This record gives sequence, structure tokens and C-alpha cells, in this order.
Amino acid sequence: MNVTADRDVCIAAGQCVVTAPGVFDQGEEDGLVVLLHEDPPAELAADVRLAMSLCPSRAITVRD
Amino acid sequence: MPGEALLEDAVPERIVVVGASAAGLTAAETLREKGYDGALTLVGAERHPPYDRPPLSKQILTGAWAPERAELRDAGAIGGLDAELLLGRRATGLDVAGRAVLLDGGDRRPFDALVIATGAAPRRLPGCDLGGVHVLRTLADALALRECLLGGPRLVVIGAGFLGSEVAAAARRMDVDVTLVDPLPVPMRRQFGDRIGEMVGRLHRDHGARLRMGAGVAGFTGAAGRVVAVELSDGSVLDADAVVVAVGAAPETGWLAGSGLPLGDGVECDDRCRAAPGIYAAGDVASWDNPRFGTRMRVEHRQNATEQGRAVAAGILGDRRPFAPVPYFWTDQYDARIQAYGVFPPDAETAVVSGDPADRRFVAAYSMQGRVTGVLGWNSPRELIGHRRLVLAEASARR
Repeated sequence: MNVTADRDVCIAAGQCVVTAPGVFDQGEEDGLVVLLHEDPPAELAADVRLAMSLCPSRAITVRD
Repeated sequence: MPGEALLEDAVPERIVVVGASAAGLTAAETLREKGYDGALTLVGAERHPPYDRPPLSKQILTGAWAPERAELRDAGAIGGLDAELLLGRRATGLDVAGRAVLLDGGDRRPFDALVIATGAAPRRLPGCDLGGVHVLRTLADALALRECLLGGPRLVVIGAGFLGSEVAAAARRMDVDVTLVDPLPVPMRRQFGDRIGEMVGRLHRDHGARLRMGAGVAGFTGAAGRVVAVELSDGSVLDADAVVVAVGAAPETGWLAGSGLPLGDGVECDDRCRAAPGIYAAGDVASWDNPRFGTRMRVEHRQNATEQGRAVAAGILGDRRPFAPVPYFWTDQYDARIQAYGVFPPDAETAVVSGDPADRRFVAAYSMQGRVTGVLGWNSPRELIGHRRLVLAEASARR
């Protein structure tokens, strides 16, 4: 699994951080997405896909 | 348990989703994601491939984004749904007993399960048919308004809720002369109360917008079929080359009249978003009992469209859990990113729980009878997430 997070379209909603906290974080000041794992372990795959679906700005992309 | 669900609701073989915006598309996508491999039809009234609406009053209006950038999915993802995609088609009726949706042109689509996700349509005012008077709901609306703003009109925005305030901010960013009009004393009062509303008002004035708060609209003056002025209820007149009417939206339920479905403020659903057996609603059009807050809600916000679209798809496939979200929504105006979790009753008490409004960076909690019902962050996304649990804790204590 390969994850990318686009900080240009991110609106700092933080849904990804709530949904997959081990994979995403937020910048201290701007709250924009910070990707912690580009290739998260398989047991987090479902959470990461859910984070992609819930992201209101379509900032997260997942490729297998 | 799946087996248990089978006893009550057989797994459907034909699912129709009416509405191809965020809620409908997400429902269709989630059905496939969860393994539904039966027939799927997605009906959308607009010809354009599914697109996202929040950017319309922001990046699309200012031109920061080309229209394609607002598309919700690329062609590959849409094709991957393996759905019959009927774009530019409207549902005109629903035959509940016959389990079929009627489409313009006269054909029917039978279903075992139906998702109603037809959204909402802008409320209009008398005189809206004059040239230069705009509403904003669709991509076409946004592009027409952008074209108009590029001409540097004197713009009057009627309604200082989410949409009107965002349009005013985008227009100011384009250096357009803007007057924002609302009958309430401060912008966004209905959404966030007086205290935050005052700050939003100051934000607009600081960026050069004129505010006419506490002023109703009496009518429009036209000349040669175009608007030239807006008359206010106090008798004053605002010269205008263009007007945006942003006075809210009404759920798109006209096509369901006479169907027998419960219609009030939207399609009235139970706590699992069901309006009738096998008939679900999601997004702006749906009102449902949210057990987390013990009240009926209809939420016209982007995040809810996704969450409710997912919930109805899961429900169709046998998930019995009620839909009990803490609503999340946001608005971006000028340099302010305002984000909110929960509900914000007009008579709630507000308290700053982090940061300082003087620094334009803070979190406020809204309480009713000592219980936190919502938290709002102003340029404080990370701190807001931290305070979200205040609402979760209080709301779940009500269950």
C-alpha cells in the first residue's frame, strides 16, 4: 500500500488523524496533514482507506 | 451479524442511488467497497461528472482552481464502480409499492434498495429572474458568478450565512466592491451566535466589505431586465450591478410528492436513515433521528454527506447501527479557518477553552445547561481536534 497526502488541497479537517492516528498527523500551527507512514502495515489498511474516504478535501490517495 | 440481517432484509440485487454528488457517490462507492456486486444505478441531474461543492464558493470563484480540480473522482474511479451512470437525468417520481424510480423521459428503474440523495436547491427571492441576480449551488452557477465578478461589479450579497459570507470573502479577494446584507445583527449568527458572529463581521469589515446587518430586503429594482439596485426594508437603496441571493436551501423532495414517504424538512428517516423499508436518504435531503444528540437533524454540510452516504450503504448491506455522528463543518473566509464539531444552539453559552480571540486563534465551547454541545475552532485545527472529545463525552452521556 502506498499513501500520499496533498498538503495543497488539505483543509486541516483532521479527519485522517482521528481515523488513522498512526499514519497521519497534523502540523502544529496550520493543522495540515503530515504523513507519518507512506507504506503503512497491512493491519492499518482499512483505517487508511476509511481516512481517504472521509477526507473532505480529497487530499489522501491510496495505491496498492 | 450478517446472517441475522439476511433474515430481516434479503441482500438486494438491484440498488438505485438518486443523486450523484458527495452523498450519492459515496453511497455507491461504499456499496462496492463492502462487496456488493449486484446491479447499481447512479442517477445525477447534472451532466457534469460528480464534483465537490465547498470549493465552488472559494477556489472556483476566485479562479485558484480550474473546474476540473473540483471533480470528486477521476474517470477511472467512476468507471470502476461498474454502475449504470445516468447523468443529466432527473428522477421524477417514486413508486414505493412497485419498488421503482421513475425517470424523466418515462423509463423506470426497479430497485430492491434505494438511496435518496437529491440534495437541496437554493431558496430564491421574488425578482431572482432579473439579469445579474445569481444563486450558487452548481458548478455552472459558480462559473457564471465568477465571470460576472471578473467584470468588477458593485456586488450585493444577500444572506450572511456560510454561503453568503464565503462569497463575500471570495469577491473581496478579487477586489470586488461588496455589500453583505442580512436581517440578523451579525453575520453567521444563526450558525454560531452573537460572539463569533461579531468576529466574523469584523473580519469582513477589516477586508473592505460593507455590512448592512439588521436589514431585510424589500425588493430588487431592474432596468432593461437587469438588476440595478436592491431596496432594503428600512427604505434605503443599494446600487448594484450584481446580486448573490444566499438565503438558504430547501431539500429537493419535489419528485417524491405523493409517494407516501414522510416529507417534512427533507425526507424524514429513522435513526438508521430509513424512510421506508429498503428506502434510505443521505446528505442535504435527509433528516434523521441522531441518537447521540437525542434530536432530529438535517445537516447541509460536506462531511455529513460522506458519513451518511457510507452509513446508508452499510445499512443496506445489513448494518443495524444507528447513524450517530458528531457533525463536523467548516468555513474558510479570508485568513480565518473556522471549524466546528457538534451543534450550536442560538441560546448556548460560549466559553473560550483554548487560545485567545484577540490573537484570532482560539477554541470556544458551546454549552446548554452545563453540557457541551459543540466546539468551534478559529485558526486552531489541531487544538480543536483535541477538544472534540468534550462533545463526544457529553453527547454519549445523553444516550
